[in-house]
Amino acid sequence: MTPDSYTASIPNWVPRERGLASSMRTLRQALSVARKDLAIEFRTKESLNAAGAFAIVILLLFSFAFDPAADATREIGGGLLWLVFAFAGALVFNRGFARELPNECLDALLSSPLSAASLLLGKAMASFVLLLGVELVSMIVFGIFYDMRWWAHPAELAAVFVLATWGIAALGAVFGALTVNLRLRELMLPVIIYPLLIPLLIAAIELTNALFGTQPLTPDQLLWGRVLVVFDIVFTALAFGLAETILVN
Amino acid sequence: MPDAIVLDQVWKFYGDYAALRDYTLSVAPGSCCALLGRNGAGKTTLLRILAGLTPFQRGTVRVLGEKPRSDLARRELGFLGHGIGVYEDLSARENLEFFARVASVRDRKRVVDAWLERVGLMRVATMPVRQFSRGMRQRVALARTFLHTPKLLILDEPFTSLDDRAIAMLSELLTEARGRGATIVLSTHQLREAMAIASHVALIENGRLRYAGERTEEMLNDPGLLYRLHTELGAA
Repeated sequence: MTPDSYTASIPNWVPRERGLASSMRTLRQALSVARKDLAIEFRTKESLNAAGAFAIVILLLFSFAFDPAADATREIGGGLLWLVFAFAGALVFNRGFARELPNECLDALLSSPLSAASLLLGKAMASFVLLLGVELVSMIVFGIFYDMRWWAHPAELAAVFVLATWGIAALGAVFGALTVNLRLRELMLPVIIYPLLIPLLIAAIELTNALFGTQPLTPDQLLWGRVLVVFDIVFTALAFGLAETILVN
Repeated sequence: MPDAIVLDQVWKFYGDYAALRDYTLSVAPGSCCALLGRNGAGKTTLLRILAGLTPFQRGTVRVLGEKPRSDLARRELGFLGHGIGVYEDLSARENLEFFARVASVRDRKRVVDAWLERVGLMRVATMPVRQFSRGMRQRVALARTFLHTPKLLILDEPFTSLDDRAIAMLSELLTEARGRGATIVLSTHQLREAMAIASHVALIENGRLRYAGERTEEMLNDPGLLYRLHTELGAA
């Protein structure tokens, strides 16, 4: 291509993508980011080891602090689990964007064709998978040490875990990006995200406690499910809408 | 004929400090502009603005006819900053495949293989970058930058800490890029290399443009000439 033909093609040299094509590209790029993050994480196990160990140790310690067979302890089971997951999540999110700092990889990503929204979405996806992994291991420990039959409503419980974990992951990605360049990001991130997680955690705790029982969910309890869905939609939309501002400005 | 890069009265502040002051510059398509200036002159700030990595406060910037960070501009941009921009825990191949995927490079595997071969890393393609020497890392970074055949290359001190082999490789890549019509903007302290490859030079001092124009034979023969003629320090 000569310089002249190159100049002539400036306004239209790449077809502009709209609608579905653009969404598919965003999704493809997000999956690439998630895959890359998971590959690095499974190789280094930086956040998996920390989050997994933290979750297991807390669950073990609490099983000694309370009588696991007591009904009261079972009633706080959901609360205990989701607090553990939320704190373990912070360990995962802290690494998410910090991974991009050595060698100025974040600059390489932001100057590449990758959109900021894809980057945030990809980070959220990777955190989601890692957190689900930590949750699965924790649930096994929880079942053993708390003598809890949590598999009474497996599909409903899985839905709650997926919805709540996605909410935590989306929020963690947004604020992980916001705090990535802060000197005290390990401290700042939890301080910022925990207050915002309160509605999601209350909904997840209520539903998890209800699903640990043998009774089906009541319509009142189902409302908490809607809270989870709304939370997910709001923070996923926020991640998409503010990605550019958060990451570049 | 639109310019590939247009900066019009651009100001960039860090707090109260003006890193770029009323900066106006155009770079013609297909040319190679060497951005010269001493440390702290504002070269990196300018390149980061062009790459869409740093916002600016006043003025207008157009990259390939678009705003910086527009989809189109990013798709045609190859940026190499001070960092190599590759992941230590991934292999050279995994790094290049990731960036090729992100850039939607067609026939990805073949392209990545070709680049690994080109930068002499095929033999160690599956080794994590963490285990690479400095020179090998620089070569992965070059492959990452040129992988998607960008039409605009923004390179911040690309010759720094390169060995002879890598300097020759980079010079060759830049010459090839110009041959296919790509526009290049690079900052450097290596005046001799810069003058050899550049068609234009821009001299920046304290955030102000001191000189912009074609690279002349005199500059090629005496790379320090520009500093002596156009900077306050040089004049003193």
